[in-house]
Amino acid sequence: MWWLGVLSFTLILIAWEVLARCSGWSTQIFPDPLTVVLSLIELIRNGTLIRHTVASLFRVTAGYYLAVLLGVPLGIFLGRIWTARSFFNPVIHFLRPISPLAWIPLAMLWFGIGDPPAVFLIFLASFFPMVVSTTIAVQNIPPTFFQVAANFKFSRKEMITRLILPAIIPEVVTALRLTITIAWLVVVAAEMIAVQSGLGYLILDSRNALRMDYVMDGMIVIGLIGLVLDYLMKRLGKIESARWGSSAR
Amino acid sequence: MSHIRIENLTKVYMGRRKKPRGLYDPTEHSGDNVLVLNNISLAFEEGEMVCILGPSGCGKSTLLRIIAGFELPTYGTVMVGDQSVKGPSAQSIFVFQYSGLFPWMNVYQNVGLGLRHMSDQHAKNEQIHEYIEMVELDGFEEYYPHQLSGGMQRRAELARAIAVNPDLLIMDEPFSGLDFLTHMKMREEVVNMHEYIRKTTLVVTHDIDDALIMGDRIVVLSGRPAVLKLVHKLDFPRPRDFERDHDLSRLRSEIFLMLGVPYAV
Repeated sequence: MWWLGVLSFTLILIAWEVLARCSGWSTQIFPDPLTVVLSLIELIRNGTLIRHTVASLFRVTAGYYLAVLLGVPLGIFLGRIWTARSFFNPVIHFLRPISPLAWIPLAMLWFGIGDPPAVFLIFLASFFPMVVSTTIAVQNIPPTFFQVAANFKFSRKEMITRLILPAIIPEVVTALRLTITIAWLVVVAAEMIAVQSGLGYLILDSRNALRMDYVMDGMIVIGLIGLVLDYLMKRLGKIESARWGSSAR
Repeated sequence: MSHIRIENLTKVYMGRRKKPRGLYDPTEHSGDNVLVLNNISLAFEEGEMVCILGPSGCGKSTLLRIIAGFELPTYGTVMVGDQSVKGPSAQSIFVFQYSGLFPWMNVYQNVGLGLRHMSDQHAKNEQIHEYIEMVELDGFEEYYPHQLSGGMQRRAELARAIAVNPDLLIMDEPFSGLDFLTHMKMREEVVNMHEYIRKTTLVVTHDIDDALIMGDRIVVLSGRPAVLKLVHKLDFPRPRDFERDHDLSRLRSEIFLMLGVPYAV
């Protein structure tokens, strides 16, 4: 029922138009849909939007990949080794609830201005959820499977590639999907402070110029990209090898 | 010389939980330790199908797990062939009570697990298909375990176990959770399989009829701590039938009585 989704967007659009006409606010404060669409086209035409979007996507990609590449192996390690878990877990759960935004002053001081602090913040935001979900996924592997592995004389490498990795894929894919949303949430916030480009910067800059239509353009693009990222992650979960989890458990 | 020799096997578990006050259980031993197997000595011949019976929770599974090398005995030794068991080995394959198939591998990959080191791809392929055919799963090679019925899963696991060509096959309640007809078919299949490959096979079960129909030898254990109650060689011809074979029928009643059911229904 894909058209139901379209319908909900249409209804919001109509409500927006009605609100803009009847509220009596000026277009500067509450721009109507047409103004926003026209300015969106303008921003696409002159290349501003593409530039900012690419800048944001680059930061998210860098920070997110870094978090996944370090977080999943650490999660596997913690999931398998009890002493390591007892050693690291308190620290992880202490750092986890600290909002990445609280790190902004330190990040700017350590990494200066530009991409590094933003990438660092996205890394922080994505790293802990990845570690925690991977750890739990590894701990949830039924002990029977490890006995089968011992019975069939799995080597250390096979233990990882043929048992642990495929076993945790369904849960890790879910974690990837949740985490990319968090990363995308944080990049916009980070760009409002430390950098001169990106969608967050576009919004902040437009506010300073009192261009609310540009602010809304920024929000719309952020939402759309979030939708696309989530869709891509959902597709990832439909790959055959990742799908066994949906019906097997 | 017998294939498997178990000598003075005793297993004690360290109790982790503190016993609640006021609950006195006379079967529990002093201290926190729980005696599971008490001084068990057994010997099985090469190629025998041995059925181990006992009330639930008596330590049957523990006995199997020790023979498979997943757990170590507290006292005593287990010898398979001329070597004492020190850990899991590809020579003693365990077939698990609940599916031990890897859910991320299809039937072909699961059955091929024990043959993964074969260098000749063609021969490997042929062998995998042979075992899949043996359990009548041909056509299901590409299926994942969750797409198979319970009985098919057991058969696939059986094929995977036999494909390793182990000296010893260990089955922990291989029919639990199957419906009646599947249970009967699967039982027949295991018996036929055993006739065909003639490997030493240990089956733990709580079903007296299963044990009497399948086994070349039955072992009856008591409730915890498990001690040997009966070891009996079954020389009855196959196929076995309780109604025609009166000795078998008498033995059945005897075992029912031994396990605490005074009348066999």
